[in-house]
Amino acid sequence: MDALITAVGLQKFFGSFHVLQDVDFAIAKGEVVCIIGPSGSGKSTFLRCINQLERIDSGYVTVDGEMVGYRRDGHRLYPLSDGEIARQRQAVGMVFQRFHLFPHKTVLQNIIEGPVGVLKRRRTDCVQEAKVLLKRVGLAHRADAYPGELSGGQQQRVAIARALAMKPKAMLFDEPTSALDPELVGEVLNVMKELAASGTTMIVVTHELGFCREVADRVVFMDAGRIVDSGTPGEILENPRNPRVKNFISAVL
Amino acid sequence: MRDIESAGSTPFVIVPPRKIWTKVLGAIVIILLALLVRAFWVGDIAWSYVGDNLFAPSVLKGVVGSIVMTFCTMALGILLGVIAAIMRMSDNPVLRNVSIGYVWLFRGIPALLQLLLWFNLALIFPTIGVPGLFSFKTVDIMTPFVAAFLGLGIQQGAYTAEVVRAGILSIDKGQTEAGLSIGMTPLRAMLRIVLPQAMRVIVPPIGNETIGMVKLTSLASVIQYSELLRSVEDVYYVNSRVIELLIVAAIWYMVVVTVLSIGQIFVERHFSKGWGGHRPTQPAQQTLAEEAA
Repeated sequence: MDALITAVGLQKFFGSFHVLQDVDFAIAKGEVVCIIGPSGSGKSTFLRCINQLERIDSGYVTVDGEMVGYRRDGHRLYPLSDGEIARQRQAVGMVFQRFHLFPHKTVLQNIIEGPVGVLKRRRTDCVQEAKVLLKRVGLAHRADAYPGELSGGQQQRVAIARALAMKPKAMLFDEPTSALDPELVGEVLNVMKELAASGTTMIVVTHELGFCREVADRVVFMDAGRIVDSGTPGEILENPRNPRVKNFISAVL
Repeated sequence: MRDIESAGSTPFVIVPPRKIWTKVLGAIVIILLALLVRAFWVGDIAWSYVGDNLFAPSVLKGVVGSIVMTFCTMALGILLGVIAAIMRMSDNPVLRNVSIGYVWLFRGIPALLQLLLWFNLALIFPTIGVPGLFSFKTVDIMTPFVAAFLGLGIQQGAYTAEVVRAGILSIDKGQTEAGLSIGMTPLRAMLRIVLPQAMRVIVPPIGNETIGMVKLTSLASVIQYSELLRSVEDVYYVNSRVIELLIVAAIWYMVVVTVLSIGQIFVERHFSKGWGGHRPTQPAQQTLAEEAA
């Protein structure tokens, strides 16, 4: 298996709180991995480490064979500049729990900000692509709306389109439906299912076990900063071997 | 309960309160204002001098001088303020401390004193230049305009830095992270994403400071810069109509400030794009526990 993203021996502290304890992880191209587990188990922090929004205290992450955040020379690691880190982040799209759309820009401007502003591509091309993406997430008619005029579900779908506009090699979802009203969860999950079906490499931190069961190739269970168990949705969700996983699943269902 | 039952089928009528005391108070204020106006009218003010000098060329030149100085100093102040605010929030301790030192020094010295220091810079450095390349006499460079521009602009930057920093702090750090996640450098995310949103918070106090600056330019009169106050002083030194000409200056200051206040409304409207109408309801605070989840 050729891994697109790997994490080796990740350690992360918030002060004296040991958030990530020796996390090893790999995801293949085209694979969909869901990470589940109780609050405070380090799921989101792990995701943020992949995208360098959190600094890793020990261990390392690679994306497409390239070490993230450092240039390696033998056994020495040299931190990369802001510009090089920014370039690495382009390879990985991120969708946040609370959307974080740019409120002063329209939906279309939000989507083309990356390709036009960062990648310096031609504006007309990017607008064309943005419209295709908006159609894909079912919001072609809201291109000129401001985020404040959209519902939470619509905002999250725009956020997905904004991340896709950078043509990332993988997509990270950090509890994408946790801030949504229950009736809006489905529309976002549907977009994500379509993405998964089209072969996008995805890591999804979520509490939506139904989504995991239906879409995930693999489910990873995290607790207290460690990966406790991982396997197919059937193995983890239907017949959990590990007692901690079993407790969690029965508490959620 | 009994009241409601006895009302029967007749509909209730709401009787507005008579607000008698509001009317009495209003009448008293109007009378006092009228007495004040009358006092000035019958006082020893030759109003014809006010009218004659309101549009005198030398006075108008002073008005232009004040406006030009306000714009130049505020431009310098905002530029320095934004730079100092971004430096203050940098990870680099050198940049951070330079910014803190700048704000400390230039906010701590009275503006008038700073003007005098700049104007008299020649006493410290008779010439300015790079040794061997070029050199100028300081008195030639440090004209009243330059001294007032530097003195007021640099101290304004120290105040603006804190205003800008407050604006930046008001923006959710998720906005920066969203910018970073689409491949922006931290500086680009600051300039493209955070600052434009921070402007909503920054503009009202900057408007306040601009209006303050219109009046602060009057300090430049002490170093011979020909602004409004200086220009009316020059007139009353000749004709001794002190009060009349001070009233002329007061009227012009009010006019400029009023125009600026109206302009501020349009600037605020520009920077509140996307915020009109309903804001998305988002929890303002996010706990560390949620973040770590």
